Amino acid sequence: MATPLVELKDISISFGGVKAVDHVSLDLHAGEVVGLLGHNGAGKSTLIKILSGAYQKDSGEILIEGKPADIRSPRDARRFNIETIYQTLALADNLDAASNLFLGRELTNALGFVDDGRMEAETAKIMARLNPNFKKLKEPVSALSGGQRQSVAIARAVYFNAKILIMDEPTAALGVHETAMVADLIQELKKQGLGIFLISHDTREMLELCDRVSVMKNGQLIGTERVEDVTEDDILSMIIMGKKPEAA
Amino acid sequence: MSRNSDDFEAAIKPPTADTVAEFAERKGAIARLQHALHVNPALVPLFVLLVSIVLFTLLLGSRFLSPFALTLILQQVQIVGIVAAAQSLVILTAGIDLSVGAIAVLSSVIMGQFTFRYGVPVEIAVAIGLAFGTLIGSINGWLVAVMKLPPFIVTLGMWQIVLAANFLYSANETIRSQEIEENAPLLQFLGSTFKVGADETGRGGATFTYGVIAMVLIFAFLAYALKHTAWGRHIYAVGDDPDAAQLSGVNVKFTLISVYAVTGFICAIAGWALIGRIGSVSPTSGQLLNIESITAVVIGGISLFGGRGSIMGPLFGALIVGVFTLGLRLAGADAQWTFLLIGALIIGAVAVDQWIRKVSA
Repeated sequence: MATPLVELKDISISFGGVKAVDHVSLDLHAGEVVGLLGHNGAGKSTLIKILSGAYQKDSGEILIEGKPADIRSPRDARRFNIETIYQTLALADNLDAASNLFLGRELTNALGFVDDGRMEAETAKIMARLNPNFKKLKEPVSALSGGQRQSVAIARAVYFNAKILIMDEPTAALGVHETAMVADLIQELKKQGLGIFLISHDTREMLELCDRVSVMKNGQLIGTERVEDVTEDDILSMIIMGKKPEAA
Repeated sequence: MSRNSDDFEAAIKPPTADTVAEFAERKGAIARLQHALHVNPALVPLFVLLVSIVLFTLLLGSRFLSPFALTLILQQVQIVGIVAAAQSLVILTAGIDLSVGAIAVLSSVIMGQFTFRYGVPVEIAVAIGLAFGTLIGSINGWLVAVMKLPPFIVTLGMWQIVLAANFLYSANETIRSQEIEENAPLLQFLGSTFKVGADETGRGGATFTYGVIAMVLIFAFLAYALKHTAWGRHIYAVGDDPDAAQLSGVNVKFTLISVYAVTGFICAIAGWALIGRIGSVSPTSGQLLNIESITAVVIGGISLFGGRGSIMGPLFGALIVGVFTLGLRLAGADAQWTFLLIGALIIGAVAVDQWIRKVSA
């Protein structure tokens, strides 16, 4: 089998004596969607924030394409082509869509000044793809609806040719139609060979979108299953009971 | 549907999506005003400035509306204006700098003492003073960004430390204006004047000092940097939401440290201009600069919550204070009326800010 795109090996992190992530190992292959499920506080978001550079692990190892990766900040993660859509979206509310899309990696002209014209044009281009109704390019993103803000965050993650995409509750703020668009987007990105970590509470949605699902509880990995091998009830019992279903 | 690698927009775009209803901008006049102010937050102080100039002109006539009086206002606000420019940067990051005045004064004392006590060439003494301001600013920035201490506390402490160091180091001695004029005129450079349109006897006309020019240049430079550099955009992003900025890949620590360092540098320039303005190097001058600069920034419409406001606002804010001060003095009013009205303006400005914030709600 090919080298996994990402290997998380034996990752642990504690916050003041609470083991938020407790010796968890996961892998992700190119063109694969791996879902992370579990209750609030199970450690899904924390685990994923270690990969995206927001938190630093206490122990364990991250391998990207088989090589050890030292990820200490979101900037580091980006160098490994890891892009993240955070649950909180991580948008600067008073800046417009283009400024947010390019925040931290602004397009500049020959003199080193930010090139607003080009950034706006690029933003208009990608927003036209993601959310054709999106017109408020010049408004601060605080003036946008939840779905529009979400599409800005998604645009920011997919614009920069990510190899590894982390989506933390990407459809939480979206309506039915927009949720379907995100599902289509995930399929499309998968075809392009991206590896995607997806976090959601919606078990049914996860079984549709993911190739494998991993269930976490109290910071520990309960198990990782191929979606075709399990039912929704199996997953729910893993989430709630914290154990794999008995082989029938 | 064709599915080449670049065609995924076709996959995610439902065939009818292009013609979905567009929401035309149908807003009332109030909402449009609110929006205009949100986009151009310096409009309010500019409006107040123009109205106050018109009012004092109606009241005082040409005694007030003369090139001489108007440029006198510029001279009177130059120090506060320069410090307010520096303060704006810090407040845009949702911080506050109480040590600005102390940094300015100690920088000016260092420029003077190095020249007169140690015999350092005056150019180098000025450079050392500017470097000192930058250093103190960097320490503030490091304490805020790396040690994660609240800016109010850091700069409250630094204010006391720098001010005490200022009195200890200078031994509370003033370097007299005459002495500076004879031996080190460069120290007074920013106070030197030139006139435009004066009559033959040199009376009247517009009088500018290089300190006024420096103030305008600093505002112009910062306005450009905030709008057209990544650094400027990061300042707004950090003030807006430091966590989001960090997750977006902004180097929050560097941004904060650089902001406080630039603030210290600009305060040292204000210290230099202070020598020009009062002629002497006095360790007791500039005591109110921190409060006055915060006043100008708040009246200038920069949000104390960070991330919002235009750098030109504090320039207008400082000028509003200058117009009220001179106008009321020319009108023969008690100086306390100035403070009373400025107090009302501060509260009014924050009320307007809160109202503008609702545009996002």
